[in-house]
Amino acid sequence: MLLMQFSAANTDFPSIDTWSPEEIRAHIGFMQDVNAKLRADGEWVDAQGLGGPQQARVVRAGANGAPVVTEGPFAETKEFLAGYWIVDCESPERAVKIAAHISTAPGPGGRPLNMPIEVHPVMSAPPQEM
Amino acid sequence: MLARRFGDFATAEDAVQEALLAAATQWPDEGLPDNPRGWLVQVAYRRMIELVRGETARREREQRAARREPDHRRAAPAADEELPADRDDTLVLLFLCCHPSLSTGSAIALTLRAVGGLSTAEIARAFLVPEATMAQRISRAKQSIRGSGVPFRMPEPAEREQRLAAVLHVLYLIFTEGHTASLGADLRRVDLSEEAIRLTRAMHALLPHDSEVTGLLALMLLTEARAAARTGPSGELISLADQDRDRWDAAAIAEGTALVTAAIARGPVGPYQLQAAIAALHDEAPTAERTDWPQILALYEVLEKLSANPVVSLNRAVATAMAHGPAVGLDALAALDADPRLAGHHRLHAARAHLYEMAGDAPRAMTHYRAAADRTTSLPEQHYLRMRAARLADADA
Repeated sequence: MLLMQFSAANTDFPSIDTWSPEEIRAHIGFMQDVNAKLRADGEWVDAQGLGGPQQARVVRAGANGAPVVTEGPFAETKEFLAGYWIVDCESPERAVKIAAHISTAPGPGGRPLNMPIEVHPVMSAPPQEM
Repeated sequence: MLARRFGDFATAEDAVQEALLAAATQWPDEGLPDNPRGWLVQVAYRRMIELVRGETARREREQRAARREPDHRRAAPAADEELPADRDDTLVLLFLCCHPSLSTGSAIALTLRAVGGLSTAEIARAFLVPEATMAQRISRAKQSIRGSGVPFRMPEPAEREQRLAAVLHVLYLIFTEGHTASLGADLRRVDLSEEAIRLTRAMHALLPHDSEVTGLLALMLLTEARAAARTGPSGELISLADQDRDRWDAAAIAEGTALVTAAIARGPVGPYQLQAAIAALHDEAPTAERTDWPQILALYEVLEKLSANPVVSLNRAVATAMAHGPAVGLDALAALDADPRLAGHHRLHAARAHLYEMAGDAPRAMTHYRAAADRTTSLPEQHYLRMRAARLADADA
């Protein structure tokens, strides 16, 4: 699983709100190409863009298991998950390669953003005989 | 691997066989591709889509043959008279699938499965959920219909109108779901808009004199007519005003316009006919500038009286701005701030942004475009809103 997770600590590019229309269009086009290529290579499982931190909620179980909901934005961390990919590939190295490519999505001036992309294994392997 | 994606092992096997065959015939001539496994998967995948589509087309042909055409020689029965049995079944099934005791999600799934004849796997893919989840949803829906003790027959005349409204609402939701292209928009998804049009056509054939059924079919055709022009090369949304009108489907516009014209003449007029009439006015305008906004505004005013809902009010405010200028439109929007259903809603921000842009107030327009972008749950819509804001920032710089 490849996570596009942004925080003040790990992001050194300006917010998308400051980009030009062409820069935004190039960025969207890049992501479309990434997805098309993953499909063509038979590595695509799922990918979703997520709503902004304004829409995120933190839920904990309170008394009697009733949900206690804390609203964003998460001022104390400024960290949020912008989207994710689930890919099905031959090796961890291949997943790292895909993540590195996604990381080069263009931003201001068409320069690569080199965004941080977290790679996590999905726990879907069959259980081993113990 | 393909079998897991498509949930159909036999077809997957056929596809892989064909890919291997293609490899055996092409590789000796053209040399080994850089990524043989990827190449095989790609060929098998394409072949698989062809096989699945062929399968779907075959099933549809059979269904069409099995579905007995309504008998045009017989006058349409009065609403309180028992319908002939052969037409009854599809309708009864639709009424049952869209029973008010079901959640909307269940009603949609059950309608697609039982009336649309889609497989559980297809429906699951259409809504991007695992097949097991969708299977659960459908079986729970069947369970709750069985449990509710609703008999398999036409609803009583007294409740028929309400029940028909529920069916139309479900069909409309299936149609709009087809328009929610997402980042994960997938070639393998059945086209839900087409499916909704097919079901509504069947419904229209069964109830040819119901003006709202006709209105809904017209609305779908008139909206779908613009589908090819709605997105640009990078998949970005293009607003109605900026669309290339040459790419609109003239045949669908003609059919939809004829349907809605006839329905309104016959009456009674309802919300779907009014929305279809508004869509027809948009579709008939040769350019965005020549859109008949006063007429569209008049239709929204009638629609608002018929079915007060915040989205209609929002559209009415925008039409007001187009007909009488942005200041009047912004006043109309201000009146909607008190509605809790709209407070902070992204569409309210988006409408405000558009009107501020019209009024030449770029800073306010940008603020509201960005607020809308932060709140929408549609990725293409979010990109569109950010792009509008960026364009204004660019012009400002």
